[in-house]
Amino acid sequence: MLDLLMDSPILLALTAIVGMGVVFGSLLGFASVKFEVEGNPLSDQINSILPQTQCGQCGYPGCRPYAEAIADGDAINKCPPGGEDTIQALANLLDVEPEPLDAEHGTEKEPLVAYIREAECIGCTKCIQACPVDAILGAAKAMHTVIADECTGCDLCVEPCPVDCIDMVPRKTGIRHWSWPLPNPDNPPLVIASDRPVGEAA
Amino acid sequence: MRQIHDIHGGIHPPERKELSRPGNVIEGPVPAQLVLPLTQHIGAPASPIVNVGDRVIGGQMIAEAQGPVSVPVHAPSSGTVVAIESRAVPHASGMSDTCIVIELDGENTWAPTSGITDWREHNRLELMNCVRQAGIAGLGGAGFPTAIKLASDRDEGIHTLIINGTECEPYISADDTVMQCYADEIVAGAEILAHIVGAQTILLAVEDNKPDATAAMTTAAMNCEMAEVVTFPTKYPSGGEKQLIEILLNAQVPSGGIPADIGVLCQNPSTAIAVLEAITLGKPLTTRITTVTGEAVNEPGNRRVMLGTPIKDLLGHAGFDATAGNRVLHGGPMMGFAVTDLDMPVVKITNCVLAPTSEELPPPQPAQPCIRCGHCAEACPALLLPQQLYWYARAKDNEQLERHNLFDCIECGACAYVCPSHIPLVQYYRSAKSSIKDAQQEKVRSDNSRGRFEARQERLEREAAAKEAKRAARKAAAEARAASGEDPVQAAIERAKAKKAQQEEADS
Repeated sequence: MLDLLMDSPILLALTAIVGMGVVFGSLLGFASVKFEVEGNPLSDQINSILPQTQCGQCGYPGCRPYAEAIADGDAINKCPPGGEDTIQALANLLDVEPEPLDAEHGTEKEPLVAYIREAECIGCTKCIQACPVDAILGAAKAMHTVIADECTGCDLCVEPCPVDCIDMVPRKTGIRHWSWPLPNPDNPPLVIASDRPVGEAA
Repeated sequence: MRQIHDIHGGIHPPERKELSRPGNVIEGPVPAQLVLPLTQHIGAPASPIVNVGDRVIGGQMIAEAQGPVSVPVHAPSSGTVVAIESRAVPHASGMSDTCIVIELDGENTWAPTSGITDWREHNRLELMNCVRQAGIAGLGGAGFPTAIKLASDRDEGIHTLIINGTECEPYISADDTVMQCYADEIVAGAEILAHIVGAQTILLAVEDNKPDATAAMTTAAMNCEMAEVVTFPTKYPSGGEKQLIEILLNAQVPSGGIPADIGVLCQNPSTAIAVLEAITLGKPLTTRITTVTGEAVNEPGNRRVMLGTPIKDLLGHAGFDATAGNRVLHGGPMMGFAVTDLDMPVVKITNCVLAPTSEELPPPQPAQPCIRCGHCAEACPALLLPQQLYWYARAKDNEQLERHNLFDCIECGACAYVCPSHIPLVQYYRSAKSSIKDAQQEKVRSDNSRGRFEARQERLEREAAAKEAKRAARKAAAEARAASGEDPVQAAIERAKAKKAQQEEADS
C-alpha cells in the first residue's frame, strides 16, 4: 500500500488532500455543534436598530417580528417612526442599498406622545390593554393617565378609546429640545457670528 | 518667571477692544421691568417660589435650584412680580422660555445681608452651599453652575486654580475692566476658591494685550503668596479652558474629560468676585459687568447691568443707532449669536452685547465648495480635522464624527474664520453634536421601550399559560369524575337542585 503511494505521486497527493479534508471537516463539524449561537444574532442586531415604538405600522405585531422578517429578507423601508435614519442604519448593517420609506406604511412624523384628556376618561381600561409598553396607568372605572416618559407614541391606544379622549401631541417642544439645524446653503446663517471682514486675509 | 507654552493653531482676528474703552465701569440703566429667565445657566431650570403680585426686595431668592445641576435666581432690585410667563430669552434658537418679570419700584430696597468673614474656619461644604445659594454660574460665557464645578474634583484633588482673564475674543473687554478695577477683590475671591478646592497655586492668567490689567493684578497678587500673574502672547482662542491649561501647564485635558481630571480648576475673574461677595457679604449674584460695543453705539463701554435688564434698554443707554447697525449679537463676534428680539434680557452669561455696522461685520458670504486647502486643520486649537468633520457632518455619519472626536471641538470658530470658501463650519459641528446627543437619548428611550415591551409579552404569556393550566386542571377533574362512572349531566342537575333547595330554605 505504502509502496504503491510512494510510486504514484498523484495518488499520494490525492490521499493527502482527502485526508486533510476529512480532518478539517470533522473539526468544523465539531465546532459548529460545540459553539452554536442560540437565537438569531442578525435579527437581534436589527431589532436594536429599530425604534421600538411597537406600533405595528410595518404590518408585523411589534419590532422584534419585523426584525426577524428583515433577517429573512423582507424590505428595510417599512418603519415610519424610524424614518430615513433607521433605513440608513439598516442598510449599513445589512450592506444593501438604502431605499426611500415605503409610503404605504405611513410617513415619517415628529415624535409624538399620547395625552389623555382626563376629565373625559370613563375608565374603560381599553387603552391600557392596547398599550404595548404598559405606559398607561389606571384601573377600571378610574381615571387613566399616560406615563409620558415611557410612551413610544405608537398610536395604538387612540383607536380603542370609546370616548376619543386621547390626543397625540408632539413630544419635543420648547427650548430644551431645540437643536442646531444644518446650515442651509440658500439661506446663509445669521446665527453664527464667526465671520470676518471682507477682504481680510486668512 | 513661569515657562509658558504654545498651543496648536489659533488665529489673530482684529481685536477692536479699545472701542469699548476698557478700564471704566459705567453704571447701567435702571429699566422699568426686569425679565429674569429661570434658565440662565447650563442645567435644569430653577423653579419659581414667588407668585404674580408678590412684592420682592433686592437680593430675595425668587426661584430655587431644582436638582443638583441648577442655580437659583434672585431679584436684582425691589418691585412687584407682574408676570411669570414665556418671554424671549438669549438663546441661539431665538425661542422663548419661562421668565419672572419684575416691575421695579425704583426704591431699590434690600434686605440686610450677612456674610462669613472667617471663611478659613468653615469647611468646604458650607462654603460651596453659600456659592450655590447665591445663584453663581460661570460668568465667562458658558454659565456652568460654579458650585458643581467646585465639587467636581477627582481623587488626586485640585492643585492649581487658574483665574482665566484671557478674554481672547475680539471686542469684549469686560474681564479686562474687572481686572483693572477690582484686582484686589479678584485675588481675595480666588483665595476663597483655592481654599474650597484645596489648591496650592493660583495662576492669574492675562493675555499680553492687557498691560493695565496685568499691572493691576500684579499689584494685587503681591499680598497673596500663592498667587502669580502669568502673561502670554495674544492669540485666539487662548482663553479656552483646555487651551489655557496647555499654555500655562503644558498639560492636556484628556479627550472627553474636564480640567479637574488633571487637578486644575479654571474660573472667570468676575466669578471669583461673585464668590467673594456671596461668602463675605452674603450677597447673591444679581448684576454683572457687560461690554456694550460696536460702531452702531455712540457710547460703547463696560456697564454694570442688573440681570434681567432688556438688551433694548442697555443699548438705549449706550446710544444705539438702529439705522446704522445691521444686527445685534449676544456674545462676541466669534462665538456669539444674533439677537432676534431686543426685548431679550441680559443674563448671567451675557459678557458682551455687540452692535456692529454692516461695514464692520458684514453678513456672511455665501458658502462655496470646500477646496480641501487644509487651513482649517492648521487653525484648529483642539488638533481636530475640521475638514473631515465637515464631510462627515454633511453625510450625517455619526460614527465617524465620534471617531474623529467631534466632541472635543470647542466651537471657537477659528476654522470658519480662516475658511476661504466661507463655509459655516461651526454650525455643521453644532448641528452634528445636537443630533448625536439626540440619537443617544433616543437609543436610551428605545432600549427602555424594548425592555418594557418584552416584559409585557412575558407577562401576557405567563397569564395565558396560567389560564391554560387552570383549564387543563378543570378538564382533568371532569374526566376523572367521568371515569369514576359519574354522569356529568346528572351531576350538574343534582348540583343545581341542591342549590335551589338551599335557596328556598334560606327564603322561607
